[in-house]
Amino acid sequence: MQTIIDIKDLSFSYPSKKDVLKKINIKVEKGKFTCIVGENGSGKSTLLKCIVGLNKGYTGQISIDEKVGYLPQKTEIQTNFPASIEEVVLSGTISNNINSIFYKKDDKEKASRIMKELGIYDIRKKSFIDLSGGQQQRVLIARAMCATEKTIILDEPTNGLDPKVAKQIYEMLDKLKKEKNLSILMVSHDIDRALKYTDKVIEIENGEIKYNGDTNNYLTGGDIK
Amino acid sequence: MIETIIEMIQHSFIQRAILVGSLVSLCAALLGVSLVLKRYSMIGDGLSHVGFAILTIATALGFTTPLYIAIPGVIITAIILLKVGDNKKIKSDSAIALISSSALAIGVAITSLTTGMNTDVCNFMFGSILAMSESDVVLSVIVSIIVAILFIIYYRKLFIITFDEDFAKASGLKVKKYTNIIAILTAVIIVVGMRMMGTLLISSIIIFPALTSMRIFKTFKKVVISSAIISIVCFLLGIYLSYIFNISTGAMIVLVNLVLFIIFTIIDKILHD
Repeated sequence: MQTIIDIKDLSFSYPSKKDVLKKINIKVEKGKFTCIVGENGSGKSTLLKCIVGLNKGYTGQISIDEKVGYLPQKTEIQTNFPASIEEVVLSGTISNNINSIFYKKDDKEKASRIMKELGIYDIRKKSFIDLSGGQQQRVLIARAMCATEKTIILDEPTNGLDPKVAKQIYEMLDKLKKEKNLSILMVSHDIDRALKYTDKVIEIENGEIKYNGDTNNYLTGGDIK
Repeated sequence: MIETIIEMIQHSFIQRAILVGSLVSLCAALLGVSLVLKRYSMIGDGLSHVGFAILTIATALGFTTPLYIAIPGVIITAIILLKVGDNKKIKSDSAIALISSSALAIGVAITSLTTGMNTDVCNFMFGSILAMSESDVVLSVIVSIIVAILFIIYYRKLFIITFDEDFAKASGLKVKKYTNIIAILTAVIIVVGMRMMGTLLISSIIIFPALTSMRIFKTFKKVVISSAIISIVCFLLGIYLSYIFNISTGAMIVLVNLVLFIIFTIIDKILHD
């Protein structure tokens, strides 16, 4: 088993809320589709934000094997933001050449290839605002993969999507995992549907790990830690 | 028409105004795209009022170059205002409204106590192309060129930060640094532009070109290019019409912008029906 994210004794408090995460220990495995589940306010998104570096000032250790691609929760600003699909996807390459003024040729080629793989290349000139919710998530996943094609971290990628579209997103992630050996770490509310596709489940309750193991065991109720 | 234009540009004050105005309009419009998308449309209004307050104080204290004093003061205000945006307890729109009206009140109170409401004050409020001195022109040109160059250098990062701040942070961009750069540039452009456009009207050249462009164009690059063109066209048309009809330049520029906004809105409706 190869670990891509190793978290040791991670604790985190917001100024307004104490102990959102309490001494968390988890390892995320390479090439697996892992889903973090838990009630609202359990600390799932906080954990992701610590991993991708948005939450500073935690105690404990987070070691990440390589760079990760990130898909944050949708923001209100994006609902009527003028941007083409190409502009959004290409922006994902920023972390590869953070100090250059323009995009490099490699970045453009990478973005084009990923857009082709995710089936959005033909509509790349279209505006992000004119897309359906499912297509928008596809674009944002492509953007995350422009940062790296090894590990992506997604925060509620199917929030607000209808069940059919959500299923398509999971199927696409499952396919990417199998074809490219992509490791996926996702936070989701959508337990019933999402867990059909995931290998591992991490359940958080009040900032503590309640379950960490195979999806199959989780669903049958065995092996609870 | 051509004769009028030739007659117009004989005047050295109009030459100065055209040079400074085109550059300032362009920069304001470029910054405006980011500010409008980030829901900071009102920031120009707030900052110009603070600029007005500082100018009146500086004038009352006898400074002959109040512009140089106003710039740092307005920069500090801009940084504070954009910081407040991160604070969930105070909404940034109410913070801007608060600072904006208070600053205006301070400015008006000081002028009442000192010079009284004379033409100078009127020029501060509504702008005047005659108000530009030689040194103002030099300052405005230098500042505008710096803003335009920085915009091009940071264009890619600005897009990412405006579109998705969390993604930008996770990608390793120093979001705060760039937000501060935007704040500083906006502050500087407002101070150099308010002499011509006036305290009450300067924010329009920041928001109008972006809003107008967004009626029709739906990609970031097109919106930026269109805003840049619109800002200069509206400025030149505004100054021409103001010369012909003898209407305040600032007001005329805003009106041209308004008309173009309405035209773009109608075109958008026609295209989408």
